[in-house]
Amino acid sequence: MFLQQIVIGFTVGGVYALIALGYTMVYSILELINFAHGEVYMIGAYLGIIFLGIFTAIGLTEQSLPLALLLTFILSVFFCSAYGFTIEKLAYKPLRWAPRLSPLISAIGVSIFLQNYVMLTQGATDKVFPHILELAKIEFFGVTMTTLQIFIIATSLLLMMVLHLYVMKTKTGKAMRAVAQDRIMASLLGINIDRIISVTFIIGSGLAAVAGLMVAMYYGLVNYYIGYIAGIKAFTAAVLGGIGSIPGAILGGFILGIIESLAAGYLSGEYKDAYAFIILIIILLIRPRGLLGKATP
Amino acid sequence: MGIKGSLFLLLGISLGYSLLIIVRKYSGFLSGIPLGKEFKPPHIRYDSRLLYALTLILLLVLPLIVGDYYIDVFILAGIYIILALGLNVVIGFSGLLNLGFAAFYAIGAYTCGLLTTKAGLGFWSSLPMSVFIATVSGLILAFPALRLRGDYLAIVTLGAGEIVRLTLNNWDSLTGGPNGISGIPSPFVFGFELSKLSHYYYPVLFFVLFTIFIVRRLYYSRTGRAWLALREDEVAAEAMGINTTKYKFLAFSFGAFWAGLAGALFAGKMRFISPESFTFMESVFIACMVILGGIGSIPGVILGALILVILPEVLREFQLYRMLALGIGLVLMMVFRPQGLWRRG
Repeated sequence: MFLQQIVIGFTVGGVYALIALGYTMVYSILELINFAHGEVYMIGAYLGIIFLGIFTAIGLTEQSLPLALLLTFILSVFFCSAYGFTIEKLAYKPLRWAPRLSPLISAIGVSIFLQNYVMLTQGATDKVFPHILELAKIEFFGVTMTTLQIFIIATSLLLMMVLHLYVMKTKTGKAMRAVAQDRIMASLLGINIDRIISVTFIIGSGLAAVAGLMVAMYYGLVNYYIGYIAGIKAFTAAVLGGIGSIPGAILGGFILGIIESLAAGYLSGEYKDAYAFIILIIILLIRPRGLLGKATP
Repeated sequence: MGIKGSLFLLLGISLGYSLLIIVRKYSGFLSGIPLGKEFKPPHIRYDSRLLYALTLILLLVLPLIVGDYYIDVFILAGIYIILALGLNVVIGFSGLLNLGFAAFYAIGAYTCGLLTTKAGLGFWSSLPMSVFIATVSGLILAFPALRLRGDYLAIVTLGAGEIVRLTLNNWDSLTGGPNGISGIPSPFVFGFELSKLSHYYYPVLFFVLFTIFIVRRLYYSRTGRAWLALREDEVAAEAMGINTTKYKFLAFSFGAFWAGLAGALFAGKMRFISPESFTFMESVFIACMVILGGIGSIPGVILGALILVILPEVLREFQLYRMLALGIGLVLMMVFRPQGLWRRG
């Protein structure tokens, strides 16, 4: 039971971590809680259903399932990145030098808009994710894992590694770190801030799209309001690990997933969604900079 | 003399009063004294007292003119005005973004609902308890919130609001869970049951006026100035000798005070409450009223509340698009008119 809950927690935690990365990257650069990020994740899940539906209709899933899945992932990531890019340009960029509360309120506005937009265009009822994967069960040490769980954990770890390398090794990654440290100084050194911010939003939204797709495959149901709760939990994960820190977001995601699944298993499932908030408040009270975050002066 | 008769008398008194104001205001003008500065200071473009008196008369006779449907909308608008003015103290005066305001609203409503249905108290004895308990919960939430800056504060208040809602939803034995509490009795005034909407309208109107009066007085007081200083620059305010901790506590509990009052009034009106009414969207909705009208401005906030309650009623056929428009509206407000509708740039 214990190990089983850990496995579930690890799976969900990987998803939280992927979303949390988007929050933490945007926060480190803009000092903005991107409320619309959870909505991008939700749109990713919907796009997955839509594209898989198309591929099933043209018969691609029957011919080659991996290819269809891969194309679904690529297309969802592409469209979600476009969403993220557009949101930043329309709702946050005009407010870059406004008082701090303005972009936050604007972000809430975008979040409300996207939720209702999806509700109006896709309907208010649950959408079922097509059941295409044959789930093999693997057992070791008395724990059953489905191939899907392994796939989710592996994909999230892989993406995190790629992102870490990208931020640490490439020139754009270096520029991102510079903008996060000091926006004005970075621009004086010839870094195109607008471009870096756009890249940040594109990457964050792409990761959210992958997370959304994997959650849709895992739970099999998608609704227009899943983005809100997942977004809050991912934000909690980002704060837990230390906002602004990429390893922190990953660590926070996994810890939150495991705590939540253990608490749901042993304490009470009804309050499952409340644990994240309680953790969030406790963290902010005793260690506001999170586990791996830097102390703010 | 029935209700209509006494109302008619009231109408007469108010009309007489406003006439008196007009005469007093323009008597100098009538007797040939030239228009001096004291008659028309440059920033007042109309006789505001007359306007207030006329508005009050109109509000008092409203149930005689219009039907129950409109009264229903006006009661709701009144409750939201109280809520928005309360939240305005927190967001507008002291600059602390509270995204869990519906929690205090819920606490007020549930206290009233539980005391009237389970403890057998009357509405008027539950109302102060609702206000008291909401204020205390405001104080409790202020503890974690005090140490945090703008956006962290927003997220913690949001979390607290969700915890309250989830508790109401799951604590079946006390709160009735998702089914909520039904059968909340209507209030009595001097043995007269305010069961009709047009009767319930009057206590709501009274409390709205009461709220406006108190909040306005407070805004121009020492406390109000301290809050404004806190909003503009916390460090500078502290350097000027303002106890920022004290005033943050005050702002939070004072905001919650009004939410508790509004909650009790809501419970008395609906006579049924459930966690559905106190979601995160509700908090956002109240925050929108404050932002739409103009953060910090009392007439602006009243205007915002009226717009956001009445407009969806007028545009019933587009009801589905209500939240969609609200979302776009928030973004557009922030980009093009961050000071709100009321104030000039």
